[in-house]
Amino acid sequence: MHRVGGWKIFPKMLSEPYSRIGKIFIVNRCEPGITMTDFKQYQLEQRKSPWLRGILAAMPIVLGYLPVGFAFGVLAQKAGLLTITAVLMSLVVFAGSAQLIAVGLFSDNITALAIILTTFIVNLRHLLFSAAIFPHLANWRKRELAPFAFELTDETFALHSARFSLGKVEKTEVFAINLTAHLAWISGSLLGAFAGNLVVEIEPFALDYVLPAMFIALLVMQIKNHTQVVTAIIAGMLSIVFLLLGFSQLHVIIATIIGATFGAWIEKWKRI
Amino acid sequence: METHLVVFTIIGMAVVTYLPRLIPLIMLAGRKIPEPVLLWLQHVPPAVLAAMLLPTLIIQDGSISLGSDNLFLYASIPTLIAAIISKSLFIPVIFGMLLVVLGRWWLS
Repeated sequence: MHRVGGWKIFPKMLSEPYSRIGKIFIVNRCEPGITMTDFKQYQLEQRKSPWLRGILAAMPIVLGYLPVGFAFGVLAQKAGLLTITAVLMSLVVFAGSAQLIAVGLFSDNITALAIILTTFIVNLRHLLFSAAIFPHLANWRKRELAPFAFELTDETFALHSARFSLGKVEKTEVFAINLTAHLAWISGSLLGAFAGNLVVEIEPFALDYVLPAMFIALLVMQIKNHTQVVTAIIAGMLSIVFLLLGFSQLHVIIATIIGATFGAWIEKWKRI
Repeated sequence: METHLVVFTIIGMAVVTYLPRLIPLIMLAGRKIPEPVLLWLQHVPPAVLAAMLLPTLIIQDGSISLGSDNLFLYASIPTLIAAIISKSLFIPVIFGMLLVVLGRWWLS
């Protein structure tokens, strides 16, 4: 805790662009990316209930998860999984690409151990999400971190890390986002498993472009300086190279580690 | 595969998915992170998002595709500009979807 002119300022407050104590809004720090319009929007948003704010914030994820979950449900049905087991998988695993790969393996009669091992390798990138999000959750209790980690997917990570960097860290909102996303994933799977062979054409609505577009927007939202632009370009390029070299599944992790190391190194060098 | 084996597999998948999500959070909880590590972690989100995004835009069926049929790649440039200008999440998503819809209609 610091004392500035008789005011008590907590380190947590200093790390966020704005905060709120009761009805009083505070601008904690000014950054090039943050404008008065953002602040006014923040004030406006704060009038809604945290649950509603979280549900609304998760809408792009919902739009992206419903069709992908649906596709998973259809494929699970075709692989001979019962509706209840397909929904169980969406409930307890909650990892899009791993689930889609797993249903493919189920239909090829691969052993249980091989499916679990593949899932492990595909989902190993979550280590990076979990570590990268931690500095924003340093004051959370372990019993809050445990359910948070359960719903940490590519998309919820991307959304949270962008929102946290804007100072939006309210727990109710965070869990509302996670639960909404998870519910959309389960609903999509359930509908797909029920629909079975019924083919639904999603291409005319471009629903398959929701998640790539969302990643573009979230990437832009959390880039704060030139170093991070360079970091993103290097990691993206390396990811393509490693994928083409045959490091399928591990290409994201390797590219991220090299890219982030390079970015941190430039940043350190700039500060000297 | 029999149902009980399927359920066993799903539980196994859940465990190996949850552990990588949980372990870094739990291990770091309550610890002071050294400055160089914090600096590195700050660069992970842009790196990992780009590493997940770029292959989906550029690689189709296992090889680099820069042709005019790669709608996602070309829709991404205006989507990126919309994201930079609007600084919002919804505007670029809706704009990007609209571009892809129009692009498909144009190409068909």
